[in-house]
Amino acid sequence: MTSLSRRSLLAAALLGSLVGQARANEDSPPFRIGLTPVFLDDQVSFLNDWRTYLERRLHRPVRFVQRGSYRGIVDLLKQGQLDFAWLCGYPFVRYRGQMKLLAVPLYQGKPLYQSYLIVPAVDTATRSVLDLRGRVFAYSDPDSNSGFLFTQYSLRRLNETPADFFGRTFYTWGHRKVVEAVAVGLAQGGAVDGYVWDTLARSHPELTGKTRIVERSPEFGFPPFVARASVAAADFTAMRGVLARMRDDPEGAALLLRLNLDGFEAGSPALFDGVEAMVQAVGAP
Amino acid sequence: MLRDLSLAYKTPLRISVLVILTAILVTAALVGRERDELRRDLIGHSENVARVLTKTLIEPIVHDDAWRAFEIINTPFQSAPGGRSSQSPEIVLVLDAQRRVYVSTRPPEYPMLSDLARIDPEYATVQEAVADLRTVEPTAMTAPKSNKLYMVAPIVSDGVQLGTLVMGYPSSIFAQRFAGLIQRAGLVVALVLAILLPAGWYFGRRIAQPFVDLAGAMGKVGRHLPEDLDYVVTYPGRDEIGRLGLEFQRMLSELRDKEALEKQMIASDRLAAIGRLTAGIAHEINNPLGGMLNAISTFKRHGPEDPMATRTISLIERGLTQIKETVAALLVEAKVESHPLTRQDVEDTHTLVLPDAQAKDAQFVWANSLQGTLPLPSTLTRQILINLLLNAVQAVRRGGEVQCRTALVNDALHIEVVNDGDHIPGEKLPFLFEPFSLLSRDGHGLGLWVTYQIVQQLGGEIHVRSEPDETAFTVILPLKKEHEPQDVADLVPG
Repeated sequence: MTSLSRRSLLAAALLGSLVGQARANEDSPPFRIGLTPVFLDDQVSFLNDWRTYLERRLHRPVRFVQRGSYRGIVDLLKQGQLDFAWLCGYPFVRYRGQMKLLAVPLYQGKPLYQSYLIVPAVDTATRSVLDLRGRVFAYSDPDSNSGFLFTQYSLRRLNETPADFFGRTFYTWGHRKVVEAVAVGLAQGGAVDGYVWDTLARSHPELTGKTRIVERSPEFGFPPFVARASVAAADFTAMRGVLARMRDDPEGAALLLRLNLDGFEAGSPALFDGVEAMVQAVGAP
Repeated sequence: MLRDLSLAYKTPLRISVLVILTAILVTAALVGRERDELRRDLIGHSENVARVLTKTLIEPIVHDDAWRAFEIINTPFQSAPGGRSSQSPEIVLVLDAQRRVYVSTRPPEYPMLSDLARIDPEYATVQEAVADLRTVEPTAMTAPKSNKLYMVAPIVSDGVQLGTLVMGYPSSIFAQRFAGLIQRAGLVVALVLAILLPAGWYFGRRIAQPFVDLAGAMGKVGRHLPEDLDYVVTYPGRDEIGRLGLEFQRMLSELRDKEALEKQMIASDRLAAIGRLTAGIAHEINNPLGGMLNAISTFKRHGPEDPMATRTISLIERGLTQIKETVAALLVEAKVESHPLTRQDVEDTHTLVLPDAQAKDAQFVWANSLQGTLPLPSTLTRQILINLLLNAVQAVRRGGEVQCRTALVNDALHIEVVNDGDHIPGEKLPFLFEPFSLLSRDGHGLGLWVTYQIVQQLGGEIHVRSEPDETAFTVILPLKKEHEPQDVADLVPG
């Protein structure tokens, strides 16, 4: 054996060990993160960039999982098929025992948001939800706080029966689609996540321009990131840390800007007491 | 008006009309077929869309998912960028089992749960059609008033009708595409006409031109043929037109021959009449004249020697002698005894006339191809030659040229005498051979007359052809087996 071939063998072995290490990282089970339309989850390129960001920070593969409804994600989480999920406050409150609060996004500096009652812009008469009696109303998702629960709660408060109040209701399975349904006039009213509407107003003003905000709800805890109850403490800490530090590095800040959020904080379950109160008032279905 | 139009325009016009009519008819037929196909296409396309939509709509309706139903009916018609495609319906409606609006592509006008008939009475008929629908297949129907096309398709799951899909097309959907079709067809027709019309015009002119020429030439033929009328068939074919042209050409040449023959006959008749008259007069004068001259001769020999009488008698004798010479010239003496014509006889005339020609510095071209003797009276033939040559020498301009050719052709002696002097005007030619003709260069104007008479008596022909710078006399004398010149006296009655 010549010295040359011996040296190249050494180099090959070295390279092999490096590749092996990288593969070990890739081979470790990915973080499975469920996403729901509490934000504009239809931006595929953004999701790719965010996933890459998270993978680099976590040194673990990340897989985003999306389903047609909140329920689909909640079920996966409860079955342990997801590690984390970005959910609405309503399911978090309902299944509090089966998930842990991981982080709460900061919107306009606060971990809070509102529900908007919107009507088509051409409708200039409607002053409150009471004016929509007998009309067609669009909900986002039956498991949404801002897109369903708050409207139900408001009607109860007004001594109305939510089931009979509107002439017809339907779910669009997404806040953005509620805005679209109201904008084209398919629905004469709709309940929508205020943060989504505001973000849409920035990116698609022609869409939100066709709608008008009639009522804004009190502030509730922002749809939180949760972890399945059984998630490893190290993973929990890692994920929480990465999210919380996103605002501190330029790449993370850029991603946050695209999300129209200011950052993530650990948050307190008490943020969702308002939602809890409404659930109590409406009565869990 | 149009009936009297020249074929030169009428034929191209007819061809043009035919071309235009054909173009319009063919285009109309094609456009008509295209329109039917357009309608079939649209309805076929619409049926396919309806089939897909009704299948896809079952689940959202069963799940009461109005938003998805809305998205489904909207999606197929938003694919065309920059507006709806031309095949898109203006409205798509999904009716529920109670035939109220479930969702529509135009929610503000057709909101959920609304009763169609109340929005637009026209939909009452559509609703009736929906109610009467007994098939699960998409069905096209046309609204009676607005002429809109509706595609109605039941949404059926497991034999139960969940609702109905209605796709409404504007009545203009055909008109629009049809207008485009017409426009394209018009363009093609215009292009085709731009090529065919000039071609048709050209061929029409080509067909008509022979007729036009023929008619023009025929129109010129009156009682007499004009001199300048010349018709030559240029038409290449031997079809009816070609034959017509050839026939006309033949007819024209026959007419011309006939006219020439008539003229010739008139001229020779006149000359014959004049000949008879002159010969008669000459004879009548000759007899007393001979007596008178005899009397004078006797008187001079035996009469008294009276100087006065002698002078007078001499005067009368000179006058009578002149009359006798003139009469003798008029009386062509054909019965003169003479030997057959020899080559030398002809050569002698050359010698005779040459000095006169030299006096005028004229070139004398002489071509005598005769050999041996010919059965022709030498005296008369020489007289003809001398007369013609003297005329020619007299007519030739100073330093000009006189030609004389004699030859034997087909048992006939051909004599041609040509000079390049002033030519004889055409209108005077018919009177050229009359006695005392002003044109006759003979001393007493009888040279050509006598020549003519001799030629006639020898049974020959004399022709004259006169053009500027060339006047040619041609004499043809047939040879006779038995030389028997006709006596001019035989022609004279009495």
